[in-house]
Amino acid sequence: MNYDLVVIGGGPAGLAAAISARRKGIKDILIIERDRELGGILNQCIHNGFGLHLFKKELTGPEYAKCFIDEVRELNIDYKLNTFVLDIDDKKELSVINSRDGFFKIQAKAIILAMGCRERPRGAINIPGSRPSGIFTAGTAQRLINMEGYMVGKKAVILGSGDIGLIMARRLTLEGAKVEAVAEIMPYPNGLNRNIVQCLEDFNIPLLLEHTVIEIKGKDRLEGVILAKVDENRSVIRGTEKYIECDTLILSVGLIPENELSKSAGIEIDPLTFGPIVDESLETSIKGIFACGNVLHVHDLVDNVTLEAYKAGEKAAEYIKKTSKERVLKTKKVKLYPGNGIRYVLPQYVNIDDLDNNLKLFFRVNDIYKDIEILIESNGRLIKKIKKNQVFPSQMESITLDKKLLTELDQEEILINVK
Amino acid sequence: MPEKGKVWFFIFFKGGFFMYDVVIVGAGIIGTFIARELSRYDLKILLLDKENDVSNGTTKANTAIIHAGFDAPYNSKMGYFNVRGNPMFDKICHELDVPFKRVGSLVLAFDEEDLRTLEKLYENGSKSGVTQMEILDGEEAQQIEANISKKVKGALYAKTAGIIGPWELAIALAENAMENGVDLRLNTEVMDVTRLNDGYSIVTNKGNIMSKILINCAGVHADKLNNMVSNNRFKIIPKKGQYFLLDKTVGNLVNKIIFQCPTDRGKGIVVTPTVHGNLIIGPDSEIIEEKEDTATESHRLKFIRQVAEKSVPNIPFDHVITTFAGVRAEPDTGDFIIEEAEDSPGFINVAGIKSPGLSASPAIAEYVVNLVKEIYGSIKEKNFNPFRKRVIRFAKLSDEEKDELIKKDHRYGNIICRCETITEGEIIDAIHRKAGATTVDGVKRRARPGSGRCQGGFCLPRVMELLAREKNKNMEEILKDGLGSYILTGRTK
Amino acid sequence: MDKIEKTCIICPIGCNLIIEKDPESKDGYRVSGNKCNRGLQYAIEEMNNPTRILTSTVKIRGVSNKMLPVRTDRAIPKDKLFQVMDVLKELEVELPIKAGDLIIENISNTNANLIASKSIA
Repeated sequence: MNYDLVVIGGGPAGLAAAISARRKGIKDILIIERDRELGGILNQCIHNGFGLHLFKKELTGPEYAKCFIDEVRELNIDYKLNTFVLDIDDKKELSVINSRDGFFKIQAKAIILAMGCRERPRGAINIPGSRPSGIFTAGTAQRLINMEGYMVGKKAVILGSGDIGLIMARRLTLEGAKVEAVAEIMPYPNGLNRNIVQCLEDFNIPLLLEHTVIEIKGKDRLEGVILAKVDENRSVIRGTEKYIECDTLILSVGLIPENELSKSAGIEIDPLTFGPIVDESLETSIKGIFACGNVLHVHDLVDNVTLEAYKAGEKAAEYIKKTSKERVLKTKKVKLYPGNGIRYVLPQYVNIDDLDNNLKLFFRVNDIYKDIEILIESNGRLIKKIKKNQVFPSQMESITLDKKLLTELDQEEILINVK
Repeated sequence: MPEKGKVWFFIFFKGGFFMYDVVIVGAGIIGTFIARELSRYDLKILLLDKENDVSNGTTKANTAIIHAGFDAPYNSKMGYFNVRGNPMFDKICHELDVPFKRVGSLVLAFDEEDLRTLEKLYENGSKSGVTQMEILDGEEAQQIEANISKKVKGALYAKTAGIIGPWELAIALAENAMENGVDLRLNTEVMDVTRLNDGYSIVTNKGNIMSKILINCAGVHADKLNNMVSNNRFKIIPKKGQYFLLDKTVGNLVNKIIFQCPTDRGKGIVVTPTVHGNLIIGPDSEIIEEKEDTATESHRLKFIRQVAEKSVPNIPFDHVITTFAGVRAEPDTGDFIIEEAEDSPGFINVAGIKSPGLSASPAIAEYVVNLVKEIYGSIKEKNFNPFRKRVIRFAKLSDEEKDELIKKDHRYGNIICRCETITEGEIIDAIHRKAGATTVDGVKRRARPGSGRCQGGFCLPRVMELLAREKNKNMEEILKDGLGSYILTGRTK
Repeated sequence: MDKIEKTCIICPIGCNLIIEKDPESKDGYRVSGNKCNRGLQYAIEEMNNPTRILTSTVKIRGVSNKMLPVRTDRAIPKDKLFQVMDVLKELEVELPIKAGDLIIENISNTNANLIASKSIA
């Protein structure tokens, strides 16, 4: 089987990337989706708040997904459901299986990775104690409640104040459970302020900052957890331990881009983002394989996922249309490094001559900073600086650099810094 | 036709009396092995366990090692049965299709005292009959195991040591035993035992059973069961050991089992690959109050980390996917207790089977079968199939095999566990075999969904759906493991 | 009451609103901190009649392991959320259903309609 473009993942990133490539004239596109329907994680995000930037509307997850699913159908883009990619190699050949077609291979001219991310489980943060039932990551609980239609417990404690944890606090409460507290190990909440209001304050759910779960109790089913306060080094403060009786612990402790397929193809992964290292056209270290969405780096807003995916689709289309002679080694490569205060910057390198007109950089800071400047420097020389009132690790930021500024560079490194 | 040596009673009380030739209490590695070996003979055998699945005790949580046998004293039962049992694993694992790899082990020495210990271990091993051992110097050790500490001065290399799937073996033994006629009863706890003229009357929470022979494989509770029957008392001291399990991406940090020298401070911490490609680190050793306390504790885990890094520096602990604990049954006699109780003919204790219990299990089973033969005088063999139906491991098949399999049974084309690439077909098979899975953890132990990076986050709803469908239950009835471990509390609406 | 601080929930920026009682102003309150007019409206509403959009799920007739996501098409009084949730408990929709389809008009007298949030064939 041959396709011009194979998109792995039929969630918001995959859908937008496929649509964008079709709009740029690519004919044979296949979206491969492992679930029983298109839409990805949006199918279980039944709350509203999606699409504020792109559509100026506050859509629910399924409503947002529908816009793109409808367009995929209108544009007659092929897709396979309940289909799983086992492997991709550096020649862009995919090994795929599903119940109907068995095991088969697809040769693609270009691939877009849009596999999304997975949740960090209990083991990744090592909460000691027993191992009873009743411990769920927020996404798994959300799936069971919103899609299959089952309640996961009656009395819950939520660890992690990211948006998923906050959304689940509200969801559980509306469905009749009692949420005893949301514990957050940092001194600041991780999710949007509006979610603190409409998920916690609305229901009088206490938000315990600088707290974490230090022990799990219960033989077969969870019986309770011990919460404790932590100091500035995230170490437990003796004497602050508190036992909270509950039958459910919801973990919202981080998302990790799902890059096992990328790794098996030999794609270079950035240990800071957990996603592929890409250039300004979202191309990975293997020519013709692009990445977008949560598989590249964990996003906060689906609108940004869509924009990033549109770009990946565009660039994949350009790649496909180029002849092999045109696909020469790219020109001068400049590497971008995250400096002081910056957790990561994307893309990780830029081909200056290939830039359209400007370069949009995305980055996250590693702490809350107030009244700071973001500096972009190369070899000590300042290229650009912007002032920021307040920046949060949980909010992705961006800076746009004029192509002109970059072509003047004689160095191969750019550093982005907080001052 | 009633046979010589057996008397059949048909007395029915409320709850019923059942007659067995042999009742084995405890379906861990020892109980399941004995059941399987006894099922070669024309005997009516019952294997029972108080838990909701077989191998839910110590067999579920240990280091999963088949020891070469140089560690246990040569003149002890531990030493004898370990050395005798070690070579038996290739055959049994082939018959039962259980993963087993003879990777070899290194005991690391860091100073003069350790080097002397290596010599003692070597000597002890030789006396025990351990073969293929060699003492290496620091450099040689580094060459065959690149990531060990540069401070290693020498090592005892034992080629016969191996790694195995312990609960997979116990489950396979139970399945094979049942295929060969053994009855299995779970959630059945022995409450009391009375000696009769020619056997035992066993009172359980599920009714009364009568048996000529009673075999005690009750793990940490073996003393409690013994004390119901015999006046020769022993005590089982429960000892907890905690572990880290690391992701497959770091599974090849070491390729052999890495031991530390036993000192008077303890046995040291083991760093070893698992038979599935993960890395396991542990255990420590701590006497506990409550026999089934398998909670992990952060200060203990911290200690294990520190000690482990002595063997292998810079272990990537950010790749930990889970921590767990197991309880070992330490006999107060200091050695395995494998004998017919002197004052209770027909009651066989197989107790205090702590390390190297797993390694010794085939030899222990062989010995116990002989004890049973002696008690009966003679027992007839019967039609016995030593082979378990092959287990399909989809991820390991070739491309062509995968295609053929899916075309034959489309359920193998439906991926349920994305982290480990496990299909619906494999899970259905694990549910429907004898001694099959009835719980989420039962599926995990047989077919492995939930053992990977996301620890079941993705596959939990799917595995529950399959269990509900195949066992004709509602989703809310599906348990994680034990009887009280419900997952869902009801429908949302 | 002197000053009340509230976070605006209209958009993800989440402006910090400061609301003071002001008998002379039209709505009875003086609001500052809002970056746009919607924030002003939100502040007034929060003081007089706080409202929220409700999203949830309802049963599908004849289908066991699948729920239909639903929403109110406009914000409803915050103190009626649980009352509406109780109504949803008893509901069952029939397939096929399209996103946007009306399920219940003026649910619990809130002036808001309950609509389907997803199309299911």
